Amino acid sequence: MQRYSLFSLARNALTGHRDWQAVWRSPPLGKRYDVVIVGAGGHGLATAYYLARNHDITRVAVLERGWLGGGNVARNTVTIRSNYLRDESIPFYVKSVSLYRDLSRELNFNLMFSQRSMIDVVQTYPRLRDIKRRMLNMDLHGASYEVLDVDELRRRIPALTGGGPRSRLPIIAGMAHRNAGVARHDAVAWGYARAADARGIELHQHTEVTGFERGGRGEITGVQTSRGTVQTNKVAICVSGHTRTLTDGLGLRLPLQSFNLTAFVSEPVKPLIDVVVNMPDSHCYLSQSDKGELVIGGGVDPGISFRRGIKEGVFEDTVTAVLEMFPALQRLKLLRQWGGTLDTASDSSPIVSRTDIPGLYVSAGWWGGFKAIPAGGLTLAHLIANDAPHPLIEPFSLNRFRSLDFVLETGTTAR
Amino acid sequence: MLLIPCPWCGARDEKEFENGGPARVPRPDPTAMTDEAWVDYLLIRPSHPGALRERWWHVHGCGQWFELWRDTVTHDFLDAPDER
Ligand SMILES: Cc1cc2nc3c(=O)[nH]c(=O)nc-3n(C[C@H](O)[C@H](O)[C@H](O)COP(=O)(O)OP(=O)(O)OC[C@H]3O[C@@H](n4cnc5c(N)ncnc54)[C@H](O)[C@@H]3O)c2cc1C
Ligand SMILES: [Zn+2]
Repeated sequence: MQRYSLFSLARNALTGHRDWQAVWRSPPLGKRYDVVIVGAGGHGLATAYYLARNHDITRVAVLERGWLGGGNVARNTVTIRSNYLRDESIPFYVKSVSLYRDLSRELNFNLMFSQRSMIDVVQTYPRLRDIKRRMLNMDLHGASYEVLDVDELRRRIPALTGGGPRSRLPIIAGMAHRNAGVARHDAVAWGYARAADARGIELHQHTEVTGFERGGRGEITGVQTSRGTVQTNKVAICVSGHTRTLTDGLGLRLPLQSFNLTAFVSEPVKPLIDVVVNMPDSHCYLSQSDKGELVIGGGVDPGISFRRGIKEGVFEDTVTAVLEMFPALQRLKLLRQWGGTLDTASDSSPIVSRTDIPGLYVSAGWWGGFKAIPAGGLTLAHLIANDAPHPLIEPFSLNRFRSLDFVLETGTTAR
Repeated sequence: MLLIPCPWCGARDEKEFENGGPARVPRPDPTAMTDEAWVDYLLIRPSHPGALRERWWHVHGCGQWFELWRDTVTHDFLDAPDER
């Protein structure tokens, strides 16, 4: 792998930047691999990287139906946080945030990770109670969450001039989650892809998995793709939002449903907001990108959805809520809007698990799964390599549903 | 799906409605079935691209619940299969 540094930048500048190596190779599709990963999103690529790095498994192909990093990894609002509710969840997300801290150096790729904190704007007492409960539990697991009074909240976010005492839902408090931050989404996909490729893993774009080959015991013996059949005894499904389009046909019964989550960005403006602002009672959140755009996330389309666009009603509601809190943004132009299909399990916790089909693994239910990419990849690679779960994901196996032993989570924003 | 056809009120703005999720099958008797089938009934809901029968609640209107077919990719409402 050609290392990126100030020195390599200078040297390549001298030759007019004509000699940079391709970031990853494009080898021909092989006949057989030790592991096939379906989906080159954040989770698939991170899993490939950790298979090679931690377990020396490199005869691996990542098969992607579109282009690498064109799914939700490129469509999310890049908030990385660990303010979860359950004893099972918090350590997993704490680990993921801590992996993000060193990842730029490890991958030799600038992820522009910035731990700038997330601040919740609280407008109702039930929400305050819920958040304080999280705070107590997070204290136990070494994640920080602290209460701010309204004056301190407004000092930290000067642009937050709405939500005063005469508004419909006056702001009553804030909560600061100092571990939270943002990273550049494309860089996470490209950084893992480049590092996995450097360790010998093959990345195949425009290769859709359409079915599976099974042996006499029902075990996986290969995958059918739009470019022919590939043999393998281990397949990991990392297709975020489309898991059941592959597993329903295998007779697996997964408690997942797909919804469309949406976001939009404004034109770039001078630095205005230097934290992630989460407004759970108003169902919206925003942060400012390094380019200066405000990245605004809203709610979910009503009903099951496989459409990747924003609905007018959701868009209108989100804009109204943002303007209520940040009236100064009124004349800001919005540049782009989009949506992404995500699946969520009936208890809102992820699934990283073996299945009833020998050789088939799934990583799914990633509602807020950008933050989870490093820990999700690390633990799925461990599961595939050892055929036994990593301690951090033991609670997230499919077995929990058999005994109705849920890990009930609730989102902090829309759901 | 900007307008939702309420069988009682006619086509109304979608903001007047709540989505109630996929239409449910009648609740079976848990004592007359295996645990596995019961868990299946509790947890597994339809979720696929294409036609889906769903419940809607006209909460800011007549207050009635009703069912409609919708395409989960285009979000267009569809005729029921026997009327298509
Ligand atoms: C609007 C929005 C905002 C979000 N905000 C946040 C946030 O702030 N913080 C956070 O942590 N998370 C957030 N998320 C969630 C996060 O983006 C996802 O949970 C995460 O990206 C999912 O994992 P992934 O990166 O592996 O998915 P993806 O990038 O979607 O990867 C899955 C890949 O599988 C491919 N695929 C599908 N089917 C097949 C097939 N049959 N064969 C081959 N390939 C296939 C797809 O093309 C896709 O590239 C947000 C999501 C959205 C949509
Ligand atoms: Zn009505």
